[in-house]
Amino acid sequence: MIKELTKKDILLENLNQLDFSSEPHFAKDLRAEAKNALDQLEFPTSKTENWKYTRIGKIINKTYSIQSKISTSQLSISNYLIPELDANIAVLLNGFYREDLSSIEKQEGLKISSLKNAIAQENGFIKNHLGGIAKAESEIFIALNTMSFTDGVYIDLDKNIVGKKPVHIINIITDNNIVANTRTIVKAHDNSAVKIIESFVNLQGEESFTNSVSEFFLNPNSQVEYNKIQNKEGESYQVSTEQVYQRKDSNFTINTITLDGTLVRNNLNIEVNAEGCETNLNGIYLGKNKNHIDNHTVVNHLKPNCNSNEVYKGILDDNSVGVFNGKVFVRPDAQKTNAFQQNNNILLTDDAVINSKPELEIYADDVKCSHGSTTGQLDDEAIFYLQARGISKRSAVNLMISAFIKDALSSISIEPLKNYIDSKIDERFGS
Amino acid sequence: MLSIKNLHAKIDDKEILKGINLEIKAGEVHAIMGPNGSGKSTLSAVLAGREEYEVTEGTVNFLEKDLLDMNPEDRAREGVFLAFQYPIEIPGVSNINFLKTAINETRAYHGKETITAKDFLALVKEKSALVELDAKLASRSVNEGFSGGEKKRNEIFQMAMLEPKLSILDETDSGLDIDALRIVAKGVNTLKSSENATIVITHYQRLLDYIVPDFVHVLYNGRIVKTGGKELALELEEKGYDWIKEEINN
Ligand SMILES: Nc1ncnc2c1ncn2[C@@H]1O[C@H](COP(=O)(O)OP(=O)(O)OP(=O)(O)O)[C@@H](O)[C@H]1O
Ligand SMILES: [Mg+2]
Repeated sequence: MIKELTKKDILLENLNQLDFSSEPHFAKDLRAEAKNALDQLEFPTSKTENWKYTRIGKIINKTYSIQSKISTSQLSISNYLIPELDANIAVLLNGFYREDLSSIEKQEGLKISSLKNAIAQENGFIKNHLGGIAKAESEIFIALNTMSFTDGVYIDLDKNIVGKKPVHIINIITDNNIVANTRTIVKAHDNSAVKIIESFVNLQGEESFTNSVSEFFLNPNSQVEYNKIQNKEGESYQVSTEQVYQRKDSNFTINTITLDGTLVRNNLNIEVNAEGCETNLNGIYLGKNKNHIDNHTVVNHLKPNCNSNEVYKGILDDNSVGVFNGKVFVRPDAQKTNAFQQNNNILLTDDAVINSKPELEIYADDVKCSHGSTTGQLDDEAIFYLQARGISKRSAVNLMISAFIKDALSSISIEPLKNYIDSKIDERFGS
Repeated sequence: MLSIKNLHAKIDDKEILKGINLEIKAGEVHAIMGPNGSGKSTLSAVLAGREEYEVTEGTVNFLEKDLLDMNPEDRAREGVFLAFQYPIEIPGVSNINFLKTAINETRAYHGKETITAKDFLALVKEKSALVELDAKLASRSVNEGFSGGEKKRNEIFQMAMLEPKLSILDETDSGLDIDALRIVAKGVNTLKSSENATIVITHYQRLLDYIVPDFVHVLYNGRIVKTGGKELALELEEKGYDWIKEEINN
């Protein structure tokens, strides 16, 4: 009997070229389990509830090549740095950590390293926690990643350690038609704090697909800020999953900034499993041409006395499509939860589309929760008012857009990053 | 300075301006009065370049240039300023930042370099003092949460910052208390010179006690039907518009 190859088979066959035979047992087991999970999982279709508005045909109907070994190709990363930012730089090139292109300042109690190396060294935390919250059996893209991630970044903070500089992970694709699976894992021990930026960029890299998974473990009273900047130009595809686990009095902030991308899907899942936690999940997305940008977020409040704030703002131009689905669960134990969620969109053309679905499920009675969603156009009268003062129409639009998205950027605490994003917005809409 | 000839304008196929003629020279103050709905705000919007209104006939020359041929921002950069009857709120856009952008774009248009931060701050300080606008208001979002009177004062503050050649004040007096009225009038008078001109649209003689017009025009049903000196305003205040309507209908 001849078995017809499915899209999944083709992709798997491709990924099977990757050789993980030298990895320690725990990693091999993890990958094998992921492979088993993959057998049970199918790519989402229009009937899959969580993927209703996002067709992934563009991603899976292609044959990709993969870079199976680390390369030594030289590359100047200066274009991808954030001006005025003094940071520890970790470079992932086509899925591989490039020590030679990275620059990490040694700090006692802070580890920033290649995940592959940490696995090879059988690092205790990695051994026990990799895949602990991003579970292969829960999602096909997590399974794919777990089975085949080539490398990634491991950030580990000891007790009471505050990262002196932000960590900037530059995740670059430089080849056309390749698939890269990268993985980030962050452990913040008690009372520690770190700020991270991960920018997804490309140099050429047309029609390439990045499938990234990040796991964040926040110990009591730790603080993690993760800023994800998607700025891949041209035809590019990305699925990202962040899985977050918060313990007592911890503070997690994520800013998801999607500046470009043909098909981008962000899956964010936050488990708030202790009291006194603070969670900020904000995002902006700027769609143009035929971009399709989908943000799916879940905040699961399991314990009392926690706050979560979520603001996502979208500007959709041309024929672009935005999807926002934000779920907030307030479980029966989670009394005194304050959960706020908001999604606002501006459509710049008649052809731009947004599917916005904020969802709140509350099973506790003493909580303060609100959610809302708006979609509109830029106010012509306001634009005229600004023009009537001598401001060009383009600048007026830019001022209005910057004003509109401002509060979705308010939890970025790294000033040079804020300026960088402002400059990207100016480039896009300003004169 | 401004020469309007046989100006016709319509919106949604409804003709609103039906042949306006008006000549304004530098140094002059013109008051335009007229019943509600006669077309006063439409005239100012057409002069400022609001696209919703379609000019079907006529010409407008401003400082020897065809005003109708310019986009709104270039009209402003050439020196036309409209103080809106209903200033709009623009949440999130800071009053000060947008004025800085406006000043710098206007300077660039005239081939001048950008204003320094220091000069700009000094200008803000001077002009907000002139119209007694609270510094806090000056730096807030454009008109957001301003009271009616504060919005009007903010219009005059912007006018003072931009130093236009032709200012059109569309009912800037309405909603102002007596003190605010005096302050606004003081602002306008301080900025007045032999180089610039002002059009004051108002329903009340009161403002004209402070800003004394050289001419008073009555706009009725899309046309200027009567022009006189400042005493015409007094007469209108006393008698209303019926006698003018009658004059026209006979
Ligand atoms: N956008 C519009 N759509 C339809 N009709 C309009 C529009 N703008 C103005 N008009 C009409 O044009 C006429 C003139 O309006 P305009 O605002 O110019 O009057 P005005 O003289 O300024 O009145 P007021 O003294 O009440 O301010 C009115 O009948 C008004 O309803
Ligand atoms: Mg009016």
